[in-house]
Amino acid sequence: MDNKIPAVTMRNITKRFGPVLANDKVWLNIYRGEILALLGENGSGKTTLMNMLSGIYFPDEGEIAIDGKEVVIRSPKDAFDLGVGMIHQHFKLVDVLTAAENVVLGLPGKLDLKAATEKIRAICEAYGFEVDPNQKVYNMSVSQKQTVEIVKVLYRGADILILDEPTAVLTPQETDKLFAVLRNMRNDGKAIVIITHKMHEVEALSDRVAVLRQGQFIGDMPTKNTNAQEMTNMMVGHPVVLNIERPEPKNPRPRIEVKGLTVRSIDGILKLDDVSFTANSGEILGIAGISGCGQKELLEAIAGLQPVEKGSIRYVEDDGSSEELLGKDPLSIQQMGVSLSFVPEDRLGMGLVANMDLSDNMMLRSFRRGRSFFTDRKSPRALAENVVRELEVVTPGVSTPVRRLSGGNVQKVLVGREIASAPTVLLTAYAVRGLDINSSYTIYDLINKQKQAGVAVIYVGEDLDVLLELADRILVLCGGKVSGILPGRGAKKREVGLMMTKLGGEAADE
Amino acid sequence: MNKKQQEPLFHIAKRGALPWTKTWAIRGGAVLLALIACALITTFVTGENPLQVYASIWNGSFGTSRKVWVLLQNVAMLLCVSLAVTPAFRMRFWNIGGEGQALIGGLAAAACMILLPGKLPNWAIILCMTLSSVLAGAIWAGIPAFFKAKWNTNETLFTLMMNYVATQLVAYYCVVWESPKGSGNIGIINPNTQLGWFPQIGSYKYLLNILIVAAVCLAMYVYLNYSKHGYEISVVGESERTARYVGIKVDRVIIRTMLLSGAVCGLAGLLLVGSTNHTLTPTIVDGRGFTAVMVSWLAKFNPVWMILTSFLLVFLQRGAGEIATNFGLNQSFGDILTGVILFFIIGSEFFINYRIIFRRKAVKEEGKPHV
Repeated sequence: MDNKIPAVTMRNITKRFGPVLANDKVWLNIYRGEILALLGENGSGKTTLMNMLSGIYFPDEGEIAIDGKEVVIRSPKDAFDLGVGMIHQHFKLVDVLTAAENVVLGLPGKLDLKAATEKIRAICEAYGFEVDPNQKVYNMSVSQKQTVEIVKVLYRGADILILDEPTAVLTPQETDKLFAVLRNMRNDGKAIVIITHKMHEVEALSDRVAVLRQGQFIGDMPTKNTNAQEMTNMMVGHPVVLNIERPEPKNPRPRIEVKGLTVRSIDGILKLDDVSFTANSGEILGIAGISGCGQKELLEAIAGLQPVEKGSIRYVEDDGSSEELLGKDPLSIQQMGVSLSFVPEDRLGMGLVANMDLSDNMMLRSFRRGRSFFTDRKSPRALAENVVRELEVVTPGVSTPVRRLSGGNVQKVLVGREIASAPTVLLTAYAVRGLDINSSYTIYDLINKQKQAGVAVIYVGEDLDVLLELADRILVLCGGKVSGILPGRGAKKREVGLMMTKLGGEAADE
Repeated sequence: MNKKQQEPLFHIAKRGALPWTKTWAIRGGAVLLALIACALITTFVTGENPLQVYASIWNGSFGTSRKVWVLLQNVAMLLCVSLAVTPAFRMRFWNIGGEGQALIGGLAAAACMILLPGKLPNWAIILCMTLSSVLAGAIWAGIPAFFKAKWNTNETLFTLMMNYVATQLVAYYCVVWESPKGSGNIGIINPNTQLGWFPQIGSYKYLLNILIVAAVCLAMYVYLNYSKHGYEISVVGESERTARYVGIKVDRVIIRTMLLSGAVCGLAGLLLVGSTNHTLTPTIVDGRGFTAVMVSWLAKFNPVWMILTSFLLVFLQRGAGEIATNFGLNQSFGDILTGVILFFIIGSEFFINYRIIFRRKAVKEEGKPHV
């Protein structure tokens, strides 16, 4: 491999965002016929680096060469002309158009949908995509939309593909399918870069890994010569332990009883259909499911944020008496004396106020306290300082707006506030989404501590491997229905994956 | 190897937080550049000496002590309307109905002045005026707020339309209460008895207004920054979902805040009718409801900064009027200069947040890179 000309050479690339050095003299080679995994913690500059290759940002310093020829990439169009295509985390498709229409959108020349459809079919055939060119995007699953994005890039002749965390939204089965396609493309001589956090995917898929840390290039090596532990250590900069603890639940008793919960969205779509389960104190109840099959509605219904069509949600006290939570808003739940904490999926859009500083964000839960017309600013400040100290939040100070913090630190602030009120129920939605390894383990630790303190934890997760290691019981949702509840110890990933896509997971073997 | 492809001439990068000295240096520089640009435009378009034009602008505000008082009075009134719309803006509720809310407050005050003499003593008339204007303003703002809270109607259009309703109502009553008959104007109300006229402090006609607005400014600053209500307003403004998540009743906050907003607008109308002009015309608010939007934005919704921005805008306005009379120029020429100056001031914010990196010369000097 050493004497091949790299498809892409990035030399000495530096990019600053204000005072933040996102990339610091990074050197990177990307070769054809190879899948490169770009690794690094959050904020280590992976996405920034790839955005410069795909023309979204322009580097402050450094050069980029494609096939040995120095180039200047000023815009995504320049990048396309050079054969570079990027598939972003957030899809950029027009919902009301078909797959084929989305693919040709914005291309110069006469619109010939028929020819385009033919070409799309050919691409799909060549690499094993399953996509119907005439299907409307709004009818598609997340994985189909992603496929359209990839086809779109290939259609424009890209032979250097960058995928930014492509598996974050996929089920295990869909991930396998995607990987098969990526391998086909590699064998066809394309250069592929995949940004990911998940170690087992790196090991399963990539030929070579390159590691970034704090904007600097740390090193690269063939995947077969390394292992998850070594790569993690390189990313973090010091040795880390990759085990999630799962202490036995102590004295679990029912805390939240959900019966026949049915929720419809504003458009009348059935989001939850007759969901029943019990969450116990001192236990982590994991919720698994493809994104958008009712997890969000379930947690929000318990938290008093989601109108419910029918069913009941009862809060059970230690002495066995219970109260109905349904039909109450968060304020009245709080006034009932139920200490319910909720770490929502949308941290900056729901759990926190991005433009407010740490101490004002702490105040969100406590500002009503006391009879005074004015707010008490001292105790939130003290709480903020406490959270920063205990959870090791990296921030210039408690007066910094939370939007300036990295994802992991934002989550620490949110979780820190939510557990500060000594909850008896803790709801978490995608608590480690987008977090790097170090922060993720901090969050697992915090959740485990809450569990040991007797809190009933409901943990909605997307990484099945983690869910299987962390949860005491796993509730699998499929299209708003309970597909099954199984004990976390001994559950098989494959089994859970099937239950996610098919009610009950029956007909397990194809 | 071919000739090197051109790097873009410049690209834009976001800055980190700048120290306040630098941000003010940038703003100061912007004003300076604006003055130079205005001078060029003046010389080029009118042939007048720009320095004389500037002197004239200055004299428009500070020429005589009477002009200074007029300036301060105008600053106070503009500030009052700006303070009124600010709580709504902090909530991201775009209340552009300050004009109508102030006007309806003025109408209520005028109604009391015209209808109540003979029935109530003077102090009671003034009390009625105050209560009714504040209430009228609050109702005028409360209607769009109610619709927004219940049915999520567009507040910008709604408050804008309410302006026209208010203007037409006032125009109607100007005819109903016209004096003398047939003039279509109300004229000075109670010119002899001075009933319902606000008391004058010493010989300073405008001092009372200025003091009242100063007090409102301070109160608004404290309310927005230190009260629980103010905190709720900020949370609702930043994210309604977060507000719901922590149990803030968003509907209630919207209505409550708009009632306050309208009430302060009503107060502005009261001061205009009861204290400054002692009459009512459909144009008595003089566009302040709209200028207030700019005052509030320029000051980033901070009541204390708004003293500065409202001063700046009134200063420019007065100056524009002055050069129009002194040089026989059209009033519009003053407006052109005001526009140019505002353009530079608002544009300077871009340079506070971003920096522009020009193509490095080094690239050319290095010539061809190693192959």
